Amino acid sequence: MVQLTLPKNSRITTGKTWPKPEGATNLRKFQIYRWNPDDGKNPSVDTYFVDMDNCGPMILDALIKIKSETDPTLTFRRSCREGICGSCAMNIGGINTLACIYGMDEIKGDVKIYPLPHMAVVKDLVPDLNHFYAQHASIMPWLETKTNRPAKEWKQSIEDRKKLDGLYECVMCASCSTSCPSYWWNSDRYLGPAALLHAYRWIIDSRDEATGERLDGLEDPFKLYRCHTIMNCAKTCPKGLNPAKAIVEIKKMIADRVH
Amino acid sequence: MRYLTERKRAEGRGAAHSGVGHHWYMQISAFGLALIIPTFLFVFGAALGGDHANALAVFSRPIPAIVTALVLVVGMQHFRKGMQTVLEDYTKKSTRKALIMIITTLSYGLTATGLFALAKIAL
Repeated sequence: MVQLTLPKNSRITTGKTWPKPEGATNLRKFQIYRWNPDDGKNPSVDTYFVDMDNCGPMILDALIKIKSETDPTLTFRRSCREGICGSCAMNIGGINTLACIYGMDEIKGDVKIYPLPHMAVVKDLVPDLNHFYAQHASIMPWLETKTNRPAKEWKQSIEDRKKLDGLYECVMCASCSTSCPSYWWNSDRYLGPAALLHAYRWIIDSRDEATGERLDGLEDPFKLYRCHTIMNCAKTCPKGLNPAKAIVEIKKMIADRVH
Repeated sequence: MRYLTERKRAEGRGAAHSGVGHHWYMQISAFGLALIIPTFLFVFGAALGGDHANALAVFSRPIPAIVTALVLVVGMQHFRKGMQTVLEDYTKKSTRKALIMIITTLSYGLTATGLFALAKIAL
């Protein structure tokens, strides 16, 4: 059955309240999920205070400031700090998004930060994405061709290239998949919105010659049809993409093959 | 402990190559039920509040009887497939299989019972 409560060793406790920065007058309170696999304790929520007069505007700026000046043990992924790498995806103020492009002014009150939901946690704000990446690899995210390679390049019309807009921009941050209840309950078999959006990106690529095999590989009650168009994926995507629409298009293409 | 790679876990046993039939049936039956159910409500309304003889008279007429039969057959099949999806979402392994068997039996049983009652009235 679906688990409606957390296991005993995952129940969150109140953590440490870190001291306020000296001399700061414009403070913002951050409540951040902490869990260390090495100390054997339950997860906790630590409280930090950030001097907003001396901090950048994004959530990632505050996290880096906390790590640099208050608590060097705070663990999170980050790299590009401009919404391209997808590393810093986390649950901020109840929304899965990228910390680097989510402004602190978009949240009222205290800032609550948790790792992406319903994923195993490696440490603090770092989720285990191995299975998520393996699912992405399983949809063959590359150009498959059978015709002999052309002398120069595989050509694509401007119109066909436009069909990839709204798909190729996905940075695989996992915000969508981890916001999807279907993925929460059946992530072992359901591919999830991110992998399916990528699958559709290759299915409709005019240069790809494995359309049939790709659709064959997706026609499955769990891999594809667990999507019930809940639309959390489209609502949460930090890049403004619509994985639910891509999934509907795949369903339509499969239905068109038999009806 | 099983030392399976994540890729093996993700690929699973491959695709079942089914699901489109279920999906398509739910789309079509949802559209059909959106038309049939309001019609059935009018039929049911005509029989509601009257005496036993009036109810028998309503369901003896061809159109009300056919609409009621359609509600029973299409509605219960829609219910069966919808519940199967719900159970696949929220339950696992043997519990999932057992509950799907129960729901399937229940829906076919209700359909057969309803059609028998309707036939007894209408024929």
